[in-house]
Amino acid sequence: MENIIELDNVTKRFGGITALNKASLKVTRGEVVGLIGDNGAGKSTLIKTLVGVYSPDEGDILIRGKKVNAWNALKARESGIETVFQDRALTPQQSIVKNIFMGKELRYPFGFIKEKEQIFEANRLIREIGFTSKLIHAESPVGNLSGGERQGVAIARAIYNKAELIVLDEPTNNLSLNETQKVFDFVLNVKKSNRSVLFIGHNIYHVYDISDRFVILDRGEVVHQLNKNDISTPEELMKIMRDTIGAH
Amino acid sequence: MSNNNSYLSNYFHRNGRALGSIGYFVLLMVIFLVGAPEAWIRPNLHQSVFVMMPTLIFLTIPLVFLVASGEIDLSFASTYAVAAYVFALLVKNGVDPAICLVLGIFTGAAIGALVGTLIVVFRLSSLVASLGVLFLLRGVILLLSNSRSITIMEVENHWIYPLLVGNFYGFPMQIFWAAIFVIFCYYFFNKHVFGIHIQHVGDNSVSAEQMGINVNAVKIKAFMFVGIGSAIGGIFTTMITYTFFPTQGFGYLLLALAAVFVGGTPYWGGLGTIIGAVFGVGIIAYMEIGIIAIGWSGEWRQFFNGLIILLALLGHRLHGERVR
Repeated sequence: MENIIELDNVTKRFGGITALNKASLKVTRGEVVGLIGDNGAGKSTLIKTLVGVYSPDEGDILIRGKKVNAWNALKARESGIETVFQDRALTPQQSIVKNIFMGKELRYPFGFIKEKEQIFEANRLIREIGFTSKLIHAESPVGNLSGGERQGVAIARAIYNKAELIVLDEPTNNLSLNETQKVFDFVLNVKKSNRSVLFIGHNIYHVYDISDRFVILDRGEVVHQLNKNDISTPEELMKIMRDTIGAH
Repeated sequence: MSNNNSYLSNYFHRNGRALGSIGYFVLLMVIFLVGAPEAWIRPNLHQSVFVMMPTLIFLTIPLVFLVASGEIDLSFASTYAVAAYVFALLVKNGVDPAICLVLGIFTGAAIGALVGTLIVVFRLSSLVASLGVLFLLRGVILLLSNSRSITIMEVENHWIYPLLVGNFYGFPMQIFWAAIFVIFCYYFFNKHVFGIHIQHVGDNSVSAEQMGINVNAVKIKAFMFVGIGSAIGGIFTTMITYTFFPTQGFGYLLLALAAVFVGGTPYWGGLGTIIGAVFGVGIIAYMEIGIIAIGWSGEWRQFFNGLIILLALLGHRLHGERVR
């Protein structure tokens, strides 16, 4: 399987503090990787390095097997890595279609917008990622959607932006059971389309349910990586986490 | 069936505010028609409304863009006079009026850009900062013009006069240009990147920034557009009356703002309606003239203006509160 991105022994320091210490991680095509770790474990630094907000002090970043120098946010986006921010970066009074195309509108000359094409494409995208309700279509205002559905709009936008890897930062935070299930459905559809997802979460059960592989982070180090097949219950994952964290 | 409901409800979501102000306009017409039928069928009443409406449209519609972007501007009422002053002074000094027109509009755009930059760069409150500019610019005009008006009868003999504000078989040309302006702005607001970005920025500027929209640039452009609209309004009025007078524009300050909000554009940003604003202008213009026409004294005018603003706000509230 092709590696979308690979972090090889990446170290990131802020002043005297080592936020990431020789962290290695890879995401292959079509897999969902769950990133878990306590507050302050370095999740946020790892994500920001992955999406090019930070460039590593040491170590390499490889995109589809090739080393990339001077890693930055633009290069990350060009490599097909899209982040769905925790607040989702949506404008709730505007329609789904306007949100999906925000900042990247399809234009005629002189800046007029190809409205019909946008609506067609937006409807296709939201069906593709699993919006089933007939009440929701491209021109529905985002403010009328539930929390999980809004997450779906943000994911649809990432796909439109040609994402190969979608980084979801705490996507199920503050969502009800029902809404969480919707987000899972969206993620599974992304996976089905042969794209990858990096799923960051506090809730071990959520991460366990959706991920194919788990990466456990502690004090800036990747302390454990395991496949879903290696364990059989979320409790087992929890136990491994407890045993590894602080033990090294 | 539910599908239909959804389309219908989305239609109302998108157009409810405009439909609301059309409703008020029709209601106002009916009240005046019943109140003073003989005055109402006299054409000169409508003619005087049509003299006022174009100017108010040039002022109000760009304000819809600005309010939708989450900002407000009061200085437009002085920009209006500055642009008119530049125009009149240059015409008086023998410059070709067509060139004066362009320079006047350019002046408006420049003032808008300056006000916008001031507010955006220094993160000032647009309400307070533009209030300051309103007084400041008015002071500048009074000082520069020595509080004297400028008469420019010579403009009548130039080709731009019949083209812009002349009578075409009894039809005032400024109405034609105002209509063109409205159509242009409708597309500019709803179908153009400029308008769409304004709506995103006014809705949630942090999200807009994250998605790569240059929030500051969008806002400054919106201020510039208000400056351009005010300049056009000021110059048109100066041409129609052949006179620049240093206090001109002040009377439009509150009327144009009232027209924006009566027209259904909410104050909180992210939403706006061009069609609604046109009917907002209609309501304000007919209110100004209609009260007199039905034989009430002018003292009632402000009272009813206030009443209609409050009723309109209450009515538009039916279209829902702000969603987050």
